[in-house]
Amino acid sequence: MKVIKYPFIIGFLTFTLFPVFWMFKISITPDRLLYSEGIVAWPSNTTWDHYYAVLIEGSFPDYFLNSFIVSITTAALVTIFAVLGGYALSRFQFRGKIALLIILLLTQMFPIVMVIAPIYNVLTYINLVDSISGLILVYTAFNLPFACFLMQSFYDGTPMELEEAAMIDGCTRMQALEKITLPLCLPGIGATLGFVFTAAWSELLFALMFISRQSQMTFPAGIMNFVTKFSVDWGQMAAAMILALIPVCIFFAYIQKFIVQGLTAGALKG
Amino acid sequence: MNKSFEPWLYLAPMLLFILLLVLVPLITGISYAFYNFDLISGTREFVGLDQFIRILNEDEIFLTSLVNTLFWTSTSLFFQFTLGLALALLLNNGFRGIKLIQPVLFVPWAVPSFLIGLMWVWMFNPVTGPLPYLFEWLGLMDLPENILSDPDHAMWGPITANVWFGIPFFTIMLLAALRSIPREIYEAASMDGVSGLQAFRHITLPLIAPTIIITLMIRAIWVANFAEIIIVMTNGGPANSTQIVATYIYDTAYQKMDFGYASVLSIALLFMLMIYGFTLGHIRRKMKVYI
Repeated sequence: MKVIKYPFIIGFLTFTLFPVFWMFKISITPDRLLYSEGIVAWPSNTTWDHYYAVLIEGSFPDYFLNSFIVSITTAALVTIFAVLGGYALSRFQFRGKIALLIILLLTQMFPIVMVIAPIYNVLTYINLVDSISGLILVYTAFNLPFACFLMQSFYDGTPMELEEAAMIDGCTRMQALEKITLPLCLPGIGATLGFVFTAAWSELLFALMFISRQSQMTFPAGIMNFVTKFSVDWGQMAAAMILALIPVCIFFAYIQKFIVQGLTAGALKG
Repeated sequence: MNKSFEPWLYLAPMLLFILLLVLVPLITGISYAFYNFDLISGTREFVGLDQFIRILNEDEIFLTSLVNTLFWTSTSLFFQFTLGLALALLLNNGFRGIKLIQPVLFVPWAVPSFLIGLMWVWMFNPVTGPLPYLFEWLGLMDLPENILSDPDHAMWGPITANVWFGIPFFTIMLLAALRSIPREIYEAASMDGVSGLQAFRHITLPLIAPTIIITLMIRAIWVANFAEIIIVMTNGGPANSTQIVATYIYDTAYQKMDFGYASVLSIALLFMLMIYGFTLGHIRRKMKVYI
């Protein structure tokens, strides 16, 4: 088992990192060498000019901040609602449940391009077009069905007996959920948070369609704007992409704790 | 508290969001199918089911894109799931340096999809990327050519990008499911002499089955609807060889500005995904018996 483990890990790492390495290489290659040197593993000369251009000359720090606010708020809202909604779907049998599940699933199936114009009208109606608050609401709504299914499946995988025992011992349902089930589902909550955060962090289509003010633009929309405005400056775009990866890596490193821990040790004994 | 009322209380905040910002727009979007949009005057005319007849009788691109959607979705999903599960098991098993390596392996999921497309366009291009030379060296190609301009194999370009992007999704979800299995269950099982593959088959698999089904179901629906990578990499070409229904819808709506017909195409895709979703949903309900 041990012997085959490491080649696999190295294989996964290579597949994952090689394209990122290649982008990084492009981001530090001076423009004049990009085409002239052909395919080389490392350019004969390197430069940080592209990073400088992105960070200083563009509005990327603003985009970063907007994206961060949007992603963290969306992730928090979605996770709270999904923790509640998933619980209802997992632990209760009730009239209309099947119909509700079907509707939730249907929302995932219709191509996004077809709902952009109608959503724009809704946002205009509540006066939130062209602001990150509107974007947060839309992202929350679109991430909820999946997050709810996900939490439901984590509850389903948690033994119900512990919770029932707690309720027999006099806990209310909410206390049993908070003290028994949620700690067991912490990996699931971590996964949901991480998932929604990245979904909001990398979403492009809604951001492009609903936001036009520079001050409200998110990171992907900012990069896209950048591409169309200055033709394609590959070095700068590669630099912007490498920069975009940093916050998500940090966030994932943090979220990992929840996914890795799995606070289940001792649960059945205690 | 009233028993039948209680679950709705937990669901209420979520449903409010979904109703206002997903369901209402969705119904409006579906209603476009019954109108013919006139670009010049900016008006629309009610045409009933006329556009549905068009899709059934005279649209060959739709059929091509349907076959391509099937190939794109099943192939992408197969590699994403098997590799994702393998990686989740590896990570769950633990190894030296896992703390450092694990977040690195999740990076592709965080890259915006149009950037993934652009990145792999460069990887496959013989002028800027190493892959054509790798394929030549491996004997897969006679000359270092761009796979994206070869109608017979172009689809493998976006599929590679999609697999790269999608593995972490399955890994994270399955890893989280694996981590929630109480360790005592394995300890008890090993006392009874059950271990290794048997434990995987009879304990691990049934306990992560709900997560497997839900992730497979959702991912298939997303992948079938996922147009960005293809639009960036090949825009459906060459010769419609990478045209899937989702890219065709995008093309119809935003290039040809035919929102009515794009909505008809969307309904067709919706209908097929519904059949798939219900089949898997049925399997999942059956499975609940074991848990």
